[in-house]
Amino acid sequence: MSSSPRTSDFDLECHNITKRFGDFTAVDDISFSIPKGSFFSILGPSGCGKTTLLRMMAGFLEPDSGDLRIKGKSMVGVPPNKRPVNMVFQHLALFPMMTVEENIAYGLKRQGMPKADIPAKVKSALERISLPDAGPKRIDQLSGGQKQRIAIARCLVLDPDVLLLDEPLGALDLKLREHMKVELKQLQHNFDTTFVYITHDQSEALVMSDQVAVMNHGVFEQVGTPQELYYKPKTAFVAGFVGDTNRWSGSIKGMSGNEVQVETKDGLKLVATAADQNLAKGQNVDIFVRPESVVISRKSDALVGIENTIKGNVESVLFDGANSRVLVRDPSSGDKIMVTLPQTGEFNDLQAGQELHLGWRLAQAKCFDTLAMSAEQLADMS
Amino acid sequence: MTNKTAPKLGLILLMAPLLIWLFALILLPHVDMFMLSITEKVAPRVYETGLGNYGEFFAEPLYWNTYARTAIMSILTTIVTLVIAFPVSYYIAKMLRGRMKAVLFVLCLLPFWVSELVRTFGWMILLRETGIISTFLQWAGLADQPIEMLYTDATIVVGLVYTSMLFMVVPLVTTLESLDDSYIEAGYDLGGNGFTVMREIVIPHAMPGIVSGCIVVFMLSLGNYLTPILLGGKDSLWFTEQIYAQFITRFNWEQGAAFGFLLLILSSLIVWGGLKLSRQTLSETMG
Repeated sequence: MSSSPRTSDFDLECHNITKRFGDFTAVDDISFSIPKGSFFSILGPSGCGKTTLLRMMAGFLEPDSGDLRIKGKSMVGVPPNKRPVNMVFQHLALFPMMTVEENIAYGLKRQGMPKADIPAKVKSALERISLPDAGPKRIDQLSGGQKQRIAIARCLVLDPDVLLLDEPLGALDLKLREHMKVELKQLQHNFDTTFVYITHDQSEALVMSDQVAVMNHGVFEQVGTPQELYYKPKTAFVAGFVGDTNRWSGSIKGMSGNEVQVETKDGLKLVATAADQNLAKGQNVDIFVRPESVVISRKSDALVGIENTIKGNVESVLFDGANSRVLVRDPSSGDKIMVTLPQTGEFNDLQAGQELHLGWRLAQAKCFDTLAMSAEQLADMS
Repeated sequence: MTNKTAPKLGLILLMAPLLIWLFALILLPHVDMFMLSITEKVAPRVYETGLGNYGEFFAEPLYWNTYARTAIMSILTTIVTLVIAFPVSYYIAKMLRGRMKAVLFVLCLLPFWVSELVRTFGWMILLRETGIISTFLQWAGLADQPIEMLYTDATIVVGLVYTSMLFMVVPLVTTLESLDDSYIEAGYDLGGNGFTVMREIVIPHAMPGIVSGCIVVFMLSLGNYLTPILLGGKDSLWFTEQIYAQFITRFNWEQGAAFGFLLLILSSLIVWGGLKLSRQTLSETMG
């Protein structure tokens, strides 16, 4: 493969990377490139191959075929300690036998930095993560968030071309995780380093990333900005995995242009926009509608002109401040539909059992070829 | 009233076996030994209290030479055992997965199914003048006459290392298994090579296991009687042999008790020194 002059625009490129374990293909012919200084996330359910892909970037695994380039240089056969990448491990792997200072100095020593220069470098790293006094502390004296920052500083002090992060927020409690999402994004901005972040948490990926790759069964389903993935999913998997969504399965009864008429097996007739290219009459399809796209009303005449309408009863109200939702049950099919409550105050007194009219527009219902999904993945999506 | 005394009684009952064991099996014999060791025989059936038995030890070069020799060879045995056991343990704990791990671990245990005496005789069959190794070397033309490999210091060390191997492997495998693989990977990821990862991460983590293994192996070697006598022969000059001779051959219990105390002091001092040197505490390594 010849390196064109454009390659240097990318910090990391993968060309047709494949990795098999016995009969199982963990990573299947993936190609992508990550522009300099961006925050790139790989989002996928457990077992989709994202960890395998990350470990190949770090050098702990070698691809069976394909090329992996960092700053235009092929990394195939280069051991992890010789690669210009560093990794923040899932459980951080801060060395418990060393102090914070020694942890940060470890990599600098290995780089052969003169002993006299190390303390100053460590100090400035600690200041950049706003933990200037943490140096002499032992690892077990730190809080979860502090450990997180030390683990990132330990890598960034080495000035890597790419920083790999293996779900480092997984072990934190919810509140700290929300806080660290913002902080990670800021750190990435401050250090101006390319971050490759893998996660199964779609909210982490959406909040922090410039680009997200949604991975499933060893392939990238879609690569794009968080907005693209959310508003313009290309496959049923992406539509279901990124963000919350309502889903109906049925078969196509008729098509006109982009509009698809679908009937579910309970006899519910819906219209949706074709999001897949090759849909045909009679085909089994899935329709996805976001909870915030559904309009609710107590009276049916408020929904005149909306293409899809259903009458249902409130099953339960899931109050969560601004993110409050209501679960509505369609009595004819038994389907449960999740709807975001509008913040107008109109529905504040909503009670279980009340009757509601639901409606959503054609453009907001996306129709995809039915996806074969394992039960585990379906559980991950809900 | 009952509320206050009941837990106390329970505690006493719970502690009783431990206290009885400590008192009857450890404290009592040692006090008796100590009393015996400071008793001097001045004439038949006439005894005096004094440190003469200890004085005898320092006056006779054979005694303290044997003493020092036993200490040095035990330390040497401990070091050799550690050097051999560490890679073995690392391989079992970190390189192997599943069944092979159990198989290799059991292989380490296997020799301990037979008694130490039988195992030592096994070594004698291999190493003696008319033994297997000597015969093989002659057959292969590498030696033109029978070679006696028994009754040397090296043979004693080999025998002791073989005897104590398991007691080093077990604590090492346990501590190495508790080292998460991600620490080793992080060590490499941050630029370390095999040597630095070993020195900076694996060994510091394994230190409690190393020290506890060393203490056990050292104590076992220092107090061993059978292996040095059988493999080292009459000239093995092991300190336990001196104690045996005082008690049994010469029927000088007073001298034997003094030697026993000196051995206790020696092992305590060396273990203490080892802990200080490795900056470990006894509670850390044994806990």
